[in-house]
Amino acid sequence: MYDIIIIGAGVTGAAVARELSRYDARICVLEREEDVCCGTSKANSAIVHAGFDAAEGSLMARFNVRGNELMEDLAKDLDIPFRRNGSLVVCIHKEELDGLQELYDRGVKNGVPDLRILSKEELLEMEPNLSDNAEGALYAPTGGIICPFKLNIALAENAFVNGVEFRFNTRAEHLSRDEEGLWHIRTNNGEYVTRYVVNAAGLYADFFHNMVSEKKIHITPRRGDYCILDKETGDLVDKTIFPQPSKMGKGILVAPTIHGNLFVGPTAIDIDDKEGTATTAEGIAQLIEKGGMYVKDLPIRKVITSFAGLRAHEDGHEFILGEVEDAPHFIDCAGIESPGLTSCPAIGEYIGGMLRDKMNLTEKKDWKGTRKDVISTEGLSLEERNKLIRENPAFGTIICRCESVTEGEILDAIHRPLGARSLDGVKRRTRAGMGRCQAGFCSPRVMEILQRELNLPMEEITKTGGKSNMVFYRTKEEGGHTA
Amino acid sequence: MKSYDIVIVGGGPAGLAAAVAAKKAGNDSILILERDHELGGILNQCIHNGFGLHTFKEELTGPEYASRFIDQVKELQIDYKLNTMVMDIAADKTVTAMNREDGMFQIPAKAVILAMGCRERPRGALNIPGYRPAGIYSAGTAQRLVNIEGFMPGKEIVILGSGDIGLIMARRMTFEGAKVQCVAELMPYSGGLKRNIVQCLDDYGIPLLLSHTVVDIKGKERVEGVTIAEVDERSKPVPGTEKFYSCDTLMLSTGLIPENELSRSAGVDMNPVTNGPFVNESFETSIEGVFACGNVLHVHDLVDYVSEEAAKAGEHAAAYVKAGREAASAEEIRVKATGGARYTVPTTVSLDRLGDLLTVRFRVGAVYKDAFVSVYLDGERVTHQKKRIIAPGEMEQVILKKEQLTAHTGLKEITVTVETE
Repeated sequence: MYDIIIIGAGVTGAAVARELSRYDARICVLEREEDVCCGTSKANSAIVHAGFDAAEGSLMARFNVRGNELMEDLAKDLDIPFRRNGSLVVCIHKEELDGLQELYDRGVKNGVPDLRILSKEELLEMEPNLSDNAEGALYAPTGGIICPFKLNIALAENAFVNGVEFRFNTRAEHLSRDEEGLWHIRTNNGEYVTRYVVNAAGLYADFFHNMVSEKKIHITPRRGDYCILDKETGDLVDKTIFPQPSKMGKGILVAPTIHGNLFVGPTAIDIDDKEGTATTAEGIAQLIEKGGMYVKDLPIRKVITSFAGLRAHEDGHEFILGEVEDAPHFIDCAGIESPGLTSCPAIGEYIGGMLRDKMNLTEKKDWKGTRKDVISTEGLSLEERNKLIRENPAFGTIICRCESVTEGEILDAIHRPLGARSLDGVKRRTRAGMGRCQAGFCSPRVMEILQRELNLPMEEITKTGGKSNMVFYRTKEEGGHTA
Repeated sequence: MKSYDIVIVGGGPAGLAAAVAAKKAGNDSILILERDHELGGILNQCIHNGFGLHTFKEELTGPEYASRFIDQVKELQIDYKLNTMVMDIAADKTVTAMNREDGMFQIPAKAVILAMGCRERPRGALNIPGYRPAGIYSAGTAQRLVNIEGFMPGKEIVILGSGDIGLIMARRMTFEGAKVQCVAELMPYSGGLKRNIVQCLDDYGIPLLLSHTVVDIKGKERVEGVTIAEVDERSKPVPGTEKFYSCDTLMLSTGLIPENELSRSAGVDMNPVTNGPFVNESFETSIEGVFACGNVLHVHDLVDYVSEEAAKAGEHAAAYVKAGREAASAEEIRVKATGGARYTVPTTVSLDRLGDLLTVRFRVGAVYKDAFVSVYLDGERVTHQKKRIIAPGEMEQVILKKEQLTAHTGLKEITVTVETE
């Protein structure tokens, strides 16, 4: 029996879990995948939005601006990379310059600080690689970029260290409320009973909401395709380059990632399948065309990978946060699409505060809101490296050559709280396999480390849990090792 | 850390041959830095035969070929470090490397030989749409899993790209009991050697689908199948030609990319056609005393050519350490590729430093039948050699005698070209 069960270990569920971990309560997160950060949270633009885009007075506006405010300290506390690189909404048609003023006004009303409208000259001085068609831009210096994996993982890990339980490979299937008002959650791994439920199920938030409420909501998976370009292109632009927004969203961006790649995306295509994360030729073609409208000579041949993410788009295009009217003790965090990543610290704060008050939760004395990330050897001096290698020689062995990831970092990622159990788990924690060869060289070595450290047969090592096994069986029957 | 005259980055076939040649040329201070746990590089996983026909006049497997050089390295007592990654090469030839035992260390070398090899082009770089499940392997990664680690990455295979590793793996997987459905190739010709198409596909009844590509990947956790379509002359899929192939594995053999990140950061000038450094007749790059050989220079089909080029690089590195760079008395001669020839190695020649023969290697950009490989010295045709077939998958060469070049007073440019008549 739990006090609170959170459905979903995406960035929203993890942020709520971390906030609630401040209090004396028995809390559990149910996650259908084998790891945190496996849905929308892993496949998005990784932008910390300034907040000028959301409708005035909306929850999206309020939580965006507050989330942006909180992100800097949160990133420090959780030891994850975050940079306020600034955002530019670039206008390429003279007749649409008025739109920038409109956005500026909205941003000011939303409480976004330091907004400025730039002339063509100021803009091109700031970003010389923008297209000659650029006529002007709205500049928001508080816009930022973050590592979405590390944010999600760090939030969950910090919650876990502070006592929140996590159940992976556990899919909530049915919810019901008994006569005492307790919620019963049936899963593929048995039944869980809890006083409160937080619905942070992303694309499936409507499924759980509609199971308990007569006031139906509807979430459409809105697919976004992305291309990631080689790090040698990472300084093409410094700011996040947005087109002017449309009713389908913020448009196709060109931006640096926090790790120094360049990305182009996302498209916005409404689909039916909540699992439909396949990219399409049309989607990728659209990225190449639209991205190329805003920057000169987009080096699209430097693409190293492409992927698609699904936005959890609710019909009302608004966050749905709070207790469901006709389902007591059932708390929605639904419709969390962009600016969802930005908003997660604020959503955590809000839902955490709400449950503290409702449930009269008391603060733990020993809550620890900081953690150290997987040691990154990137950028260390020779002396620092050697100190690390003397302490642990595994930091002297490079496993992923493209991203210079050492065995020491991978061991840390596996053995830390809520550690990695798959290749993708290692990848999201260390970047091993995220470089230009896309795991061609390091995957056999990471597989070997995983099977050794987790004491599993190679046949059970997966790319990302479930049936994503990397190999099937040994060659020949006995003594498959030939070297 | 001990200091060395010559640091060789990579202990594969190129690095080994360069080391042996440098030692035989009289240098006693050579260090090979190898990132893997044994010398031999990619040859260790190439357990098929067909290596060494030129060099040793016999057919060897990859590991056997490598061991001939490894034995020499050991006999000649050339130093090497395994499990050691080179992290940086500075323009002043200081090499920074790292391993478990020594930590991170720097060696100020007098000469550096780049022999890092190449990597495979991944799925992401091909913009193949679809899901991203387990079961998509580059052919070389699959080859390592099967031949070194001893695991089967799949049972029902489709291969995209007809590079040599893909062709070899089609046969290997068949031997290991897997079903290889087909090899699809985007271009109207294969990227691999003719002999591999015959011995690895034809002999096992594996169809080669030219002008075809993968247009969709099905399967969310593990590959469940791929859709293959025909492509038009602009390489665009032709609607209506899609065909679904059930499979659990998609293997990619769609091109090799020289691994020149270290060369680039050292400031070596790169040839955009080969993605390798520009080199002169001595295999020296734009940085004096920095040499390049093997697949980091340009991607080879035959290891024999790698060994031969690397040996020259090794000899010249030893000579450079001994005497410094011999100043060329005359202007360097440019070597240019035109009309079908895509590039040449080398791109410059100094007659002072050249031995008796100049070997110019190149590749073509399309398939030519009954065409001529011609060489012009400042506009005068000196070679006009008929070839039944010239294909992008097979490296070509022309060999010129030094006398020919010296006889041509004031020679400025050597042009290699493919002519239809």
